[in-house]
Amino acid sequence: MPALPLDEAGKYVAGAYVVFVGLILVYVAIMASKLSRIERELEELNELADRRERGT
Amino acid sequence: MYGKGLRALSLATTVVLTAAFALVFFYAPNDADQGFVQKIFYIHVPMAIVALCGFIAGGVMAIAHLRTRAQKWDMRSYVAIHLSLILGVGVLLTGAIWAKASWGHWWVWNEPTLVSFLIIFLLYACYQPLRFSIEDPERQARYASVFAVVAGAFVPLNFLAVRLAQAYTHPRVLGTTGGNLPGDMRFTFLVALAGMVLLFVTLWKYEMASKHATMQLRALRRKLAGEEEPVRATGRTAAPAATLHARPDTH
Repeated sequence: MPALPLDEAGKYVAGAYVVFVGLILVYVAIMASKLSRIERELEELNELADRRERGT
Repeated sequence: MYGKGLRALSLATTVVLTAAFALVFFYAPNDADQGFVQKIFYIHVPMAIVALCGFIAGGVMAIAHLRTRAQKWDMRSYVAIHLSLILGVGVLLTGAIWAKASWGHWWVWNEPTLVSFLIIFLLYACYQPLRFSIEDPERQARYASVFAVVAGAFVPLNFLAVRLAQAYTHPRVLGTTGGNLPGDMRFTFLVALAGMVLLFVTLWKYEMASKHATMQLRALRRKLAGEEEPVRATGRTAAPAATLHARPDTH
């Protein structure tokens, strides 16, 4: 099969690189949501520690 | 601690991957046969190599888990396989795009390289459901490790079988007659491969650090809560559940 002209091949190459970057972005977004959950849990623990301190 | 050195590693990954993309588009020449569309090679092949090596690494870590029974090895194996699966999705998608551009078809069923990679991907796609189907954390870890070892051994065998098979459409890379890339293409490929390896290691450490932090938080919650607050049930999960037991490994 002969090589595709640049204007035709460009969209395939762009598509492949967008898939790669998109996968990384989705992964980072999922990890960011996990990080915010950790932050929330940390806040809860901080409050719990405060409560215990006041109680004793 | 898994977060140690993560910043330097992230920076190195960004620099090397950016350099690789710059080399792909401004340094490496267009392929004489395929033209511009061959640029997909520089992400598709490194992703495939790193994904397959990640599966094997997951198997090696699973062996360490079976030998030592330490939960940390199960977690490491789980994260390596999880990341390799994500890269596997990337390999299949970029491969399909390249196939459509080069061969006029999204998929070619009589091509051993494509089908063998799909078999490996589908095999590992069973890994998470397998974990999810077992409630007892220790049994889950043990069974998952056995699966990872067997599947990990299957990867190089499959690779060898494909190399021995008659070539159809997909080119054979890194073969006896392969490796004949021109110098500038080879250099670009090696930089892209290094970038992909760094990306895998960075994301692996990133996820391990996140899971480790979650475990420590839960351990701390149990200590702090005592009788004051009931421990919330974490529910059934496919992820290693070392949290349900004692203090997690810190190294």
